[in-house]
Parts: sequence; C-alpha cells; structure tokens
Amino acid sequence: MRAFDSTPVKKTERITRLVADLFAKMPEIEAARAELITESFKATEGLPVVTRKALAFRHILKGLPIVIRPGELIVGSTTLAPRGCQTYPEFSYDWLEAEFDTVEHRSADPFYISEETKERLKKVNPYWKGKTTSELARSLMAPETLRAMDHNFFTPGNYYYNGVGHVNVHYDRVIYEGLSGIMAQAAGQLEKVKFCDPNYGDKKRFLEAVIISCQAVIDYAHRYSELAKEEAGKETDQARKQELLRIAETCAHVPEFPARTFEEGLQAFWFVQQTLQIESSGHSISPGRFDQYMYPLYEKDTDEGRLTREYAQELLDCVWVKLNDLNKCRDAASAEGFAGYSLFQNLIVGGQTKDGRDATNDLSFMCLDATKHVFLPQPSISIRVWNGSAKELLLRAAEVTRTGIGFPAYYNDEIIIPAMENRGISIEDARNYCIIGCVEPHVPGKEDGWHDAAFFNMCRPLEMVFTNGIDNGEVASIRTGDAESIKTYEEFKAAYKKQMEYNIALLVNADNAIDRAHAELAPLPFESALIDDCITRGVPLQQGGAHYNFTGPQGFGIANVADSLYTVKTLVFEQKKFTLQELAKALQMNYGQGFDEITAKETATQAAKALAAEGRQVTDEMIASVIRKVLTMELPEAERKRYEEIREMILELPKFGNDIDEVDTIAREAAYYYTKPLPAYRNPRGGIFQAGLYPVSANVPLGAQTGATPDGRLAHTPVADGVSPTSGYDLHGPTASCNSVARLDHAEASNGTLFNMKIHPTAMSTEKDLEDFVSLVRGYFDQKGMHMQFNVVDRQTLLDAQAHPEKYAGLVVRVAGYSALFTTLSKSLQDDIIRRTEQGLHR
Amino acid sequence: MDDYSYLNVRGRIFDIQRYSIHDGIGIRTIVFLKGCALRCRWCCNPESQSFEIETMTINGKPKTYGRDVTVKEVMQTVRRDMPYYSRSDGGLTLSGGESLLQPEFAEALLHAGKALGVNTALESMGFAKYETIEKLLPYLDTYLMDIKHMDPKKHEAWCGRENTLMLENAGRIARSGQTKLIIRVPVVPGFNDTEAELLSIARYADSLPGVEEIDILPYHNFGEGKYTGLGRDYPMGKAERPGMEKMEGFRAAIERATDLRCQIGG
Repeated sequence: MRAFDSTPVKKTERITRLVADLFAKMPEIEAARAELITESFKATEGLPVVTRKALAFRHILKGLPIVIRPGELIVGSTTLAPRGCQTYPEFSYDWLEAEFDTVEHRSADPFYISEETKERLKKVNPYWKGKTTSELARSLMAPETLRAMDHNFFTPGNYYYNGVGHVNVHYDRVIYEGLSGIMAQAAGQLEKVKFCDPNYGDKKRFLEAVIISCQAVIDYAHRYSELAKEEAGKETDQARKQELLRIAETCAHVPEFPARTFEEGLQAFWFVQQTLQIESSGHSISPGRFDQYMYPLYEKDTDEGRLTREYAQELLDCVWVKLNDLNKCRDAASAEGFAGYSLFQNLIVGGQTKDGRDATNDLSFMCLDATKHVFLPQPSISIRVWNGSAKELLLRAAEVTRTGIGFPAYYNDEIIIPAMENRGISIEDARNYCIIGCVEPHVPGKEDGWHDAAFFNMCRPLEMVFTNGIDNGEVASIRTGDAESIKTYEEFKAAYKKQMEYNIALLVNADNAIDRAHAELAPLPFESALIDDCITRGVPLQQGGAHYNFTGPQGFGIANVADSLYTVKTLVFEQKKFTLQELAKALQMNYGQGFDEITAKETATQAAKALAAEGRQVTDEMIASVIRKVLTMELPEAERKRYEEIREMILELPKFGNDIDEVDTIAREAAYYYTKPLPAYRNPRGGIFQAGLYPVSANVPLGAQTGATPDGRLAHTPVADGVSPTSGYDLHGPTASCNSVARLDHAEASNGTLFNMKIHPTAMSTEKDLEDFVSLVRGYFDQKGMHMQFNVVDRQTLLDAQAHPEKYAGLVVRVAGYSALFTTLSKSLQDDIIRRTEQGLHR
Repeated sequence: MDDYSYLNVRGRIFDIQRYSIHDGIGIRTIVFLKGCALRCRWCCNPESQSFEIETMTINGKPKTYGRDVTVKEVMQTVRRDMPYYSRSDGGLTLSGGESLLQPEFAEALLHAGKALGVNTALESMGFAKYETIEKLLPYLDTYLMDIKHMDPKKHEAWCGRENTLMLENAGRIARSGQTKLIIRVPVVPGFNDTEAELLSIARYADSLPGVEEIDILPYHNFGEGKYTGLGRDYPMGKAERPGMEKMEGFRAAIERATDLRCQIGG
C-alpha cells in the first residue's frame, strides 16, 4: 500500500443537484414489492421455504419497476419515488394497515401513502394472515414473556416486525470474484453434498436457492443495462449520453463478473447493498470497511492513470447519495425509537489491517469528505482509532465533527479487539472488525450478530423492587418482597439483581422465539450466499450458517440506575434521611409533582381493575371520571412538601458523570447487572448472548413508560441515553464526564456502548481546538472507553438551553479566553454567546 | 530521601476549571488562586480580587467563593486529567488573582505539577519581588505575563498600582532563560486601545530576550453580572468591546513593527 494522499477534492455541481432531487418530495410508500412477493408465494405453495424465498426474490427483481434518476452515475433504485420504501408483509403488515391514515402525519418519520397504494396493499396483505414471522414468534413465546413485553420491560420490536438485517456481507467477494464466482462455489458445494448426508435435502435446496438468488441479482443489473442503453438512445446531451452508455456497459458486466475498474467496483457494491434490502426489510445492513475493500481497485486505476482523484471523489459522493435513496417505514412506536429515517448503514474508515498495521489510505479521507459533501444522514460514518492511527485522519474526522452533523462516531480498537477476542473471535478477525448499525462491533462477512435484538429498560426492574413486582395493578414480575422487608443496601441490591435476572431470562425467551421464527419462515438465500460459512456448510444464515453467531440485546438507563442505587445507599441506609417505604411512596406520587396523563390513566386502570375484581361493572365513563379526579387530585400540603424535600435531597447528591469514584463504581456495578448474566444464555443458532449498552433514540419513548426513579428523575421523562451521564447531571466538563464513563467495563458490553457528548462549535473553531478535541477522544480511549460521538450544538440548542437550563447543565461553551458551563452564565452573556454562535457557524 | 512536604502547603483558591483549551498548550486544568494586588477596572473575575472568602449571588442563590486547600487536594483534581495532558502536551495553569501573593502555595503547586510530569504555566502580572518569582521558575514551563500599559501613571490610575516593578520583573524573567515568556495585553477601551500605546508595549516585549509571542485580548464585559452578584458597581459602565477589525489592525501593526508573533486571544 502506498503512502496516503489526504488532499481534499471539491464537491461537484452534480452532487448538489442529486441531493436536491432526493429531498424534493416527502418519502412515499409503494406497493409493487408486496404484490410481487404475494404473487410468487401464492404460486409456490408446498415447496421448501428457502426455495420459495429464492423464487420470490427472483420474481420481485424481475417485476419491480426500475428507474435511472437524472444525473446518476451509480444506478439502482428500490422505488420509483426518491427515498421511497416498499413494504414487507411477510414479516408483519397489520401495524401498517392500522396506521394507514396516520402514517403521513405522525411526528416521527412520516411517509406519504396514496389511496391507490392503500387499496393495492389491502388486496395482498390478507394472504399473509397467520404466515408472518411476528405471528409465529408470538406463538413461540412464554406467557410470562408476553406479559413482560406488555409491561414494557423490554421490546424486541425490531426483529419482531421486520427482517433482521444487521450484517456486513462479503462485498469484497462480489467485487473481486463476481456473483458468478459465488455461484460457482455453490455449484461446487452442491456436487460435494453426499447422498448419505443426513441433511442432504436441506443443503441441496439451500445451495440451489443461493444460485437462483445470485442469478436474480445479475438479471436485475442487466435490466438496468438495457434501460441505460435505451435512455442513451433518447438522450440529446452528448456528455450524459456517454455516461449512460458507460452505465449500460458497467451493469452488463457487474456484479456478474469481477469489477475491472473502481467505478465498476462501486456499482457492484451498490447492487449488493440495494438488493440485500429488497430481499428483507432488515435495517443496519452495513457497508463496513469500505475504504479497505475498495482500495485495491482505486490504487490500480489511479496508478495506471485511468482514474483522477476528482472523479473518484464524485463517484464516492454518488454512492453516498444512493445510500440515502433507500428508506424504510417502521411502525409508529419503532419509528420513535429509530427517529430520523435512518437505515443505519454504518460505514467505517481507518483502524488496523488484519495483521495489525495502520489501515489509513486515500479512501479513508475521501469517505469522510464525501460525508461533508452530501451532508446527509447516510451512511452512518465511523472511524476506528488505535494507538497507531494517522493523526491527519483523526484531524480530518474532527473537521467533520465540527460541522455539527454528528458524524463520525469514534471507535476504540484498543478495547473492541480484546472484547471480541474474549467472545471467542480470532485475533485476525477481531482486528478486521467493522461496526453494524449504531455501535455494534462485528466480523465482516463472517458473523450473524443479531445486534440490536431488543431494548431492555434497566429502570423497570428497579421500579419492581419498590412495588414488589406489581405494575399497573397486576403482578408483572417476580415478587422480591415489600419495601419494608428490605433492611440493608445489600438486600436492596440483591432484590434488584433478582428482578434483573428474571426479566433478562424473559428477554432471552423473546429473542429466541423470534430467532426461531426467522429460521423457519425467513431464510434469506442471497444474504446467506455472501456470509461465511453458509455455502460451505449448506446452511442459511438464519439457521446458524454463519461462522460466528451472537444475539446482542441492548440495555439502557445505567446512569439512572447508578444514581438511584447511590440514593438508596446514602440517603436511605447510611444517613437514614428517609425510609425505603417513604421513598417508594414518593416515587409513586412522582415526588409530589402531580400526575401527568399517563400516570392518571395507569392509576385509573388500577382502580377499575380493583372494582372489576370485586365483580362490579366498570364503564368507560367511570374510568374517565377517575382520570379526571386523579389529574386534579391535590396531595395534602405536608405530604407534597415532604416528597419535594426528598427530591431536593436526592438532587443534591453527587451524580454519575462527575468523575467521582464512589458513584462511578456503583455505575460499573449497575452495568454488570445487565451485562454479566447474558453470555450464559445460548441462541438457537449455536451462539451466545452478549450485551450492548446503547438506546438508539429509544430512551425518550421508553422513558415515557417509566415511573419516577430514585435518582430524582420524574415519571415519564426520558431516561439516560447509552452509557452517557443523565443529561444535565454532569457538571465538571468533558474530561470529568469521559472519566466517569470510562470507568464502566466496556469490554463486558461487547455488543457496543454509546457515549454522546455535546460540544459547542466555538470549542472547535481553531486548529488547536481540533487537536485538543482529538486528544480528548484519545484520553477517553486510553482509559478503555469504547465509543464516542459528538453533538456540536448550534444556536437552536442554546436557545433551548436558555429556556430549560436544567436539561443542559453540562453544556460547555467557549466564552472568551476561557470556556464555561453555559447555564451558569448570566442571561445577557448567554444572549451574547448565542449571537456569536450564529456568526461562528457562518464563517 | 525525597521531601514531599510541598504537598501539604495550604492556600486559598476560588475555582478549578478542567478542559481549558484556550490558555496555553494542550488541554489544561486551571487553578484560580484568590487575592490580587491590582484592581483593574475591567477585571472580569472580581471575585478573585479580595483574599477574603466572599458570597456572590448567582441566579438568586448565594454561592461562596474561596476555599482553603492543600496542594495535595488540588492535585487530586489535577491528576484526574492525566490521560488528556499526555495526549495534548497540556497540564496545569495557575491563574488568579495574582498567584504570586501566595508564593509558597504557587511554588508548591508548580512543583507538584512538574512532579506529575505535566506542562506548567502561570498567568500573572509579576507583582512580587523578583526573589519570590525566582523560586518558581525551576518548576515553570510557560510564564503568561500581563503587561497592560507602559505609562506608570496611567497604569496606576486604571489598575491601582504603577507598573515599574512588573516591567522590571519581565526583564529579569526573560534574561533568566528559565521559562518561556509570553506577553499578554488586554486591549481596553479608553485605556490602551490605540496603536501607539499597544506598540510601545510590543516594542518593550520585543526587546526582551527570548520573547517571541504577544497575545492581545479584546476587552469584554462578561464579568458585569458578577459585580452585581457581589453588590458592586461595574466600573467600565457601557464601554464597547473592540471589534474584530480593530483587533486585526492592531495585530498587523504589531507584527509590522516588531519581530513578534501576535495572536488575538490567548
């Protein structure tokens, strides 16, 4: 590999146009895929599932309308309308029918859907009744699991309603061997299956399905080749005509055969990336180490004078635009958890090679520049940092961070690699890791990680310690005794541990049920073809064909649990300021802050159930009247005052995120309650569970299902995100916050941790600022932190911080020759900084 | 046997600020020592001036400024950011107030900083006998020295004391060759915001051996609220902050007239 050239290349007019076209309209739901898969499935009843899947995939790719958008150099669109989405009734459909009339106007990720599309979908959806993965999964779960889900301890909604996705495939094999190479491998394997093999039939069907699926993708590319030729014939602009002819030639050649040029390599990559998402609705299908597998073609083309850096950058930018052309409509609740139309196609640059040398190359820089050029949410760009990372690359990454786009996310090789090795991954494979989706470390092309397998709310089991397992008037969890029966802090922790372990076991039950449903109903032959060792073993990915198998559900709310435990330890048991029962009452009464509608409804439901249990009739009017009463209920003044006083005492306590050993040690322990039990459990694919500690954006909606907690958090407000301190509780600046978070045992959370930090643009303005920013990341990583991402806050945030200072206590801004906590400044100074920010951002 | 008694020296501080990235090289922790010899009208840290422990009202709530601590206690906080100092060549900065009014404490803190192996800096006007300053120099990497004006009378009128001692100290510190000396000038409207006055400071700085850099810092009124909090009147009234254009003009003039590198802000 030659020495890297980091010179930036300018963005072209074409990219500006492509981006504008992409966002001209609201995204739209289309019906073609749902119709095609239904047609195919109706015609193939009685055949093995894997065969039906392959035939349906072929039928979809044959029938899906295709389009080349104006000015595109890389082609392949899943919908006619830009940023549109298809539907996937084989996984679930009833939520969409229920939301037909609201999906366009909902707050999180709205989609337009025409009356015609609704009608078309209504015709095909009924076929899937009783045949979806979600229905099968539900039937495989224990009743206790269903109950726990009803009570919001966790939600596996992701795979319950959708395909799994969350993989990185062998893009490199498609690029350098072609799909023809993979088909030849499958054909060779087919020859080798012995007549006496106990799974002869399954293997044979699967390998045949692989071949059908690969051919389907080749044929799909040929359709684009024909379309490009046809459009070239009609094109009057000579330059565009030439482009279209080149597209025609490219699509005739790749992905069938090995790519001959960088441009062909990118087109081959794109067809894989796009069709994987047509095959199933899984999100987080992540390009991974793009700068590594694209580099040989880039190097060859530039060395041999076929490719300029300018054109290479434009092509990359085109791929970045395409990554934003794909979209997915989720159910309303999931949409809130994954807000921002994100498909989480994570693409990572830098890091180490398999043999442990620095991997930085020209493309590492150009990928970061592409993100700056298109300035869109996809790909989720990331950077691997290790002790030998090129400083220039980290500074370029810091420049992207400075723009406020929130990218790249920074990952620490020095903890991720050993954490992966600890889960049985070889050192070469661990050094080659990429990131899936949000933050999940993954072995490229070799793993079925089932990352993102569920959101587990660590605050809910804590609530159960106070209520003895009762939620909303009914038993919802294990009984660990009344609050008055808990006499020591150790007993309290033991009760929490029991509540956690009980619900974690149910989470495992839910995930394994869904896992089996996918194995049975949704083996995906094309995806399987591109992941080791599915072909050699003759087993689809969904049935355990991958070389490495994991299930990675994520917990969140550590900061709340840690601060809560600290409250119980100090104020209840050490200083005896109040008893556990009194605290339980204060939590139930939301610290005397009155009830919001959710609590009122819960209380009313509870009352109604009690009445019903006595055999009395409960009418809707009665419930409504109870809600009204609860909403306007006044606590006796003395009682209300006492609860407020309790909360005041709690708020005065030191909190996680301030570099205080005692509190941070409790946080480390709190995380263990979630991370430690999981690896003891196995999934149906032969792998183990491993914990993640990150919330995506679910900490807000799931916080809304959580009552008041002993850290002073009021009912139904957001819980802390990822491993970050509670927003507004970290008061000693970024280094203190980093030190606290680094004190958690990140290696145990081998499915990823997520640390969000806010930084003001003025603290990232000069070259020196960027260098210090890099040192901040490195200082956190030296202490074995795993991941970091930054919110470089803008004026709008500052205005909000001014209106709601309690939410932004940790926000650092540069004032003059010094930096300060924004909320501690006078109003006039805040105004001044807000004004300056505006200037700062338009430099 | 090593003598660690410096760790037990006590002094009075009013703040410790971490992740300070605009006061010297790298990521730094600034320890603010309480008490000052001057009473500059534009001072943005009025709570630093008196050595006495004071109460300031912030957003309606009383807050105490000033606490007595040992060097060991201060270092417990300072050492927490070691990983960041190592990655950025940063370290410990003493500011004030005038740190030299607590000479033993300042010396012990800098000693502890060097013992920790981090970069050390001091923001000071040099208001002390040179013998006092001399004792600090072995532990000091960078001296950020304020020179506010060359005219002793005007200096006295605006800062409460004349500048002879400080100018003399600047010369002796520079000649000692023991520390990197950077000159800092607050540009204050009505006091020194003319090219002639700034150039006379710059020329003096340029004449000092080893001095390569001068920082000019535009006046700001961010301290105004603190005066109110302390129940005091704001001495600068409605004075306007020097604009960027004006500062750029000064910077260019200084770089034309001297061999110094001039930076706006520090």
